[in-house]
Amino acid sequence: MGQVIVITSGKGGVGKTTTTANIGTGLALLKHRKVVMIDADIGLRNLDVVMGLENRIVYDLVDVVQGVCRLKQALIRDKRFENLYLLPAAQTKDKTAVSPEQMKNLCGQLKEEFDYVLVDCPAGIEQGFKNAIAGADRAIIVTTPEVSAVRDADRVIGLLEAAGFEEPQLIINRIRPDMVKRGDMMDIDDIIDILAIDLLGVIPEDERIVISTNRGEPAVADESSKAGQAYRNVTLRLEGENVPLMSLDVEPTLMERIKMLFGLRAKK
Amino acid sequence: MDFLRLFGREDVSSKDIAKERLRLILVHDRANVSPQFLEMIKSQIINIISDYVDIEEEGLEIKLTRMKKNEDATVPALVANIPIKRIKHVARA
Ligand SMILES: Nc1ncnc2c1ncn2[C@@H]1O[C@H](COP(=O)(O)OP(=O)(O)OP(=O)(O)O)[C@@H](O)[C@H]1O
Ligand SMILES: [Mg+2]
Repeated sequence: MGQVIVITSGKGGVGKTTTTANIGTGLALLKHRKVVMIDADIGLRNLDVVMGLENRIVYDLVDVVQGVCRLKQALIRDKRFENLYLLPAAQTKDKTAVSPEQMKNLCGQLKEEFDYVLVDCPAGIEQGFKNAIAGADRAIIVTTPEVSAVRDADRVIGLLEAAGFEEPQLIINRIRPDMVKRGDMMDIDDIIDILAIDLLGVIPEDERIVISTNRGEPAVADESSKAGQAYRNVTLRLEGENVPLMSLDVEPTLMERIKMLFGLRAKK
Repeated sequence: MDFLRLFGREDVSSKDIAKERLRLILVHDRANVSPQFLEMIKSQIINIISDYVDIEEEGLEIKLTRMKKNEDATVPALVANIPIKRIKHVARA
């Protein structure tokens, strides 16, 4: 029996879909787990595009719950990564087309067969959120180091606790080590201190995320991507491995390097 | 005039400002207090203490904030600033 993990945030655009795609791919690629990713963002589907699978969609989540097709028919198998599947969202319906009860059933069915069922939650805390968490066993919260995103994360943590989730885990996305160093961005410790929850991983801001999204190939499979490395670490942690946080030290600037060369101490 | 002052606390790093603002926002969010709730407390406080003192109602300020408990811990606190005009005789008796 597998487990159902919902990836949620409250605030929009902080990296839920990116995280779902990378963790899903990571588990299939590095750990040969059988994984299905559900796009629960009905009406605004994206996970198919991030995964580069948009041309393979025939049926969707709403078709499945409404009995238009069988579950198996709607699952898209990713040919690049063995054991990786996507259940796409419907694009032309809205969130009320599915009920929490139906999502619970669906997740229950899927975890009979898969090791991991990852649910990409829509932004907000309304119906779409309630659907996405309905069948989940645990939750990953994505935030960025900004006041509004952390505030929304706090709200979602409260709602998850009220819904009976024990120990949701946090991913901090889009950290910029240079800004943290200057004191212009909240650091990991600041955020953990405020939210008081377990940290699952820290993903640096990385232009390779944009490039990989352009190509429809998750960064986790990209050896040269720092964010990809961070997602590989998250994948291993989900599997219970003890992987230390990767160092996000800033490379010294040219000026600092020149100063070091002349024996002057680089300015902090 | 100090030009930098216009932009507020330029000497404090912006992340510390973010952190402090966030702390306060979350105190309110978590306690789920509405402005109406604070108004309610305010009028009841006025009721009770005006038996003993004359207070400057316009100057009365009440807010939910954080207070240092010790070196590295803070707790939510309800802080009231109540300017007194005159202490009534009953209070002195
Ligand atoms: N670590 C990162 N570095 C650079 N860009 C990133 C990073 N993470 C996410 N992005 C970019 O931010 C944008 C939003 O990401 P994503 O779609 O994953 O967010 P979301 O939380 O799913 O949004 P929504 O709430 O709309 O569903 C995308 O364009 C993505 O490429
Ligand atoms: Mg999304």
